[in-house]
Amino acid sequence: MKIALSLAALVALALAPFGVSDYGLGLLIGAVTYVTLASGWAVFSGHTRYVSLATVAFYGTGAYTVAVLNEAMPYWLVLIVAGLIGAAIALVVGLSTLRLAGVYFVIFTFGLSELVRQLITWYEVNVTGTLGRYIFLDVSAREIYWQMLALGAATIALTAWIQRHRLGLALRVIGDDEVVAAHSGIPLARTKLTAFVLSATILTLAGAIASPRWVYVEPSIVFNPTVSFLTVIMALLGGANRLWGPVLGAVPLFLAFEWLSARFPDTYPIFLGLLFILVVFALPDGILAGLERLKTRKTEDRA
Amino acid sequence: MLVTTLILGLVLGGTYALLALGLTLQYGISRIMNLAYGEFTLVSAFALVALFKGAGVPPLLAIVLIAPLGYAVGWILYAVMMRPLVARAGDAGRLDVASILATFGLMFLIQGGLLVTFGADFTSITYLDQGVNVLGVPVALNRLIAFAICVVAGGGLVLALGRTRWGLALRAVAQTPGSAPLVGIDVNRVARQGFALGTALAAIAGASIAMHQTFSATDGVVFTMKALVIVIMGGVGNVAGTLIAGLALGLVETFVATAIDPGLTLAATFAIFLVVLLWRPQGLFGRR
Repeated sequence: MKIALSLAALVALALAPFGVSDYGLGLLIGAVTYVTLASGWAVFSGHTRYVSLATVAFYGTGAYTVAVLNEAMPYWLVLIVAGLIGAAIALVVGLSTLRLAGVYFVIFTFGLSELVRQLITWYEVNVTGTLGRYIFLDVSAREIYWQMLALGAATIALTAWIQRHRLGLALRVIGDDEVVAAHSGIPLARTKLTAFVLSATILTLAGAIASPRWVYVEPSIVFNPTVSFLTVIMALLGGANRLWGPVLGAVPLFLAFEWLSARFPDTYPIFLGLLFILVVFALPDGILAGLERLKTRKTEDRA
Repeated sequence: MLVTTLILGLVLGGTYALLALGLTLQYGISRIMNLAYGEFTLVSAFALVALFKGAGVPPLLAIVLIAPLGYAVGWILYAVMMRPLVARAGDAGRLDVASILATFGLMFLIQGGLLVTFGADFTSITYLDQGVNVLGVPVALNRLIAFAICVVAGGGLVLALGRTRWGLALRAVAQTPGSAPLVGIDVNRVARQGFALGTALAAIAGASIAMHQTFSATDGVVFTMKALVIVIMGGVGNVAGTLIAGLALGLVETFVATAIDPGLTLAATFAIFLVVLLWRPQGLFGRR
């Protein structure tokens, strides 16, 4: 029943571009992109409580790969290469950092995004001599939308599968208590690494798919740290450890931020900050958990 | 050439060390990973500029006024915002995540407030910028004053933490917050003091940066990152380590800027940071 409902929603969403304006399609692409990013982020961070701020490092790497390779290879091959590069970076980063305690991991991932941006900027300015690159690809907005929708659907399906699988159970135990996890025979490093690489590949692909929308790409655009923060807050608002949590957080927040940044471009960071604080204090486990608490309290009242 | 790099590097490093002192206290003693730290310094920097340009208050006097204000703000912030997080979190890992997320919100909030109030333009003041000859190298007087403030604040802190009863209580909470109550230490009060003292140091650092450097409302993240790099290099809560790491970072940045490429200084900072995190996450001078 639930699967049928999800499939029906997917079909409806896939047909949506035929009924909306160009602006509407832009909104749809943005919403689906953030749903994909938040869900992809939650594949690793949702259960383990390792808050990664490297989202934009992978997202930007994906976009940049397309910008560099789009004239050298066919589009589908570029996507595959982008995914592989993302997975390779995640493997190296994961192998070296996943032994770090939580807070160092957060700072490391944040530093990583900045380091990648600085290095690419420096390389482009000093070695290639151009800061920006152009992406001339014959990919229409509708095609981008469908690709992103497919990636988002695949991410949610993957999350559903992981949650029912040994990997999901292992990740949940690690999130609860790493010492217990190690004692019950869970290979800590391998489990975390698998989830991290899966998550990073999704994020990189999302950046690669979204890149033709920009046409002009430079490091400060594609490595904008706000993307990392938005992804985290969206996933947390909905409930990062739930299947539909990131979706539930991403859609309303994306629309709210679109509206706010168009209407109040100056005071927009203030709203973002207030929302962050509100979520941390009022809904530490997300909307879904909050709703469930409300429900159980009601049934208890009746009994 | 080498002497120039050394002296300029040390002077820059003094600013960095001062910048990182407050953060190492906040995370070491209060266990709050404050990612809005750079914004705290910026608020103080803007306050100094506003006092100087608007009311003609001399910057050195302004610092004396701003520092206690920073203490008060930190005290209130801890009581209102951080204390509930500490009470709710239970273990250290959860507190890290909760404090990082909450201070992220605070970061955006302050940054947005600064952008609305002061705009996105670069700000600076001209104050005591005549050159002073140090071993044949001309150094601006305001930078030397900032360096002196760092030496006084850092040295005073090392002495206060190492030699006084109050410092002993702070160190006890930093080391084992669970056992400190057993010897009659009010952990909540000490943690609040640590956070407030850290905020006061952030205010002093911000004010002394405003005396000699150009800055803008979006620079907070860079300040936070540099302070974090130094705190982790020096070992969390280790004041002497922080001072040495700050000076070292200043030297490395000046060296990279003069010998390799000025565009790579920030990249060099992050590279050092990542290497230290991987190789010695307990800090260069820390013990496991």
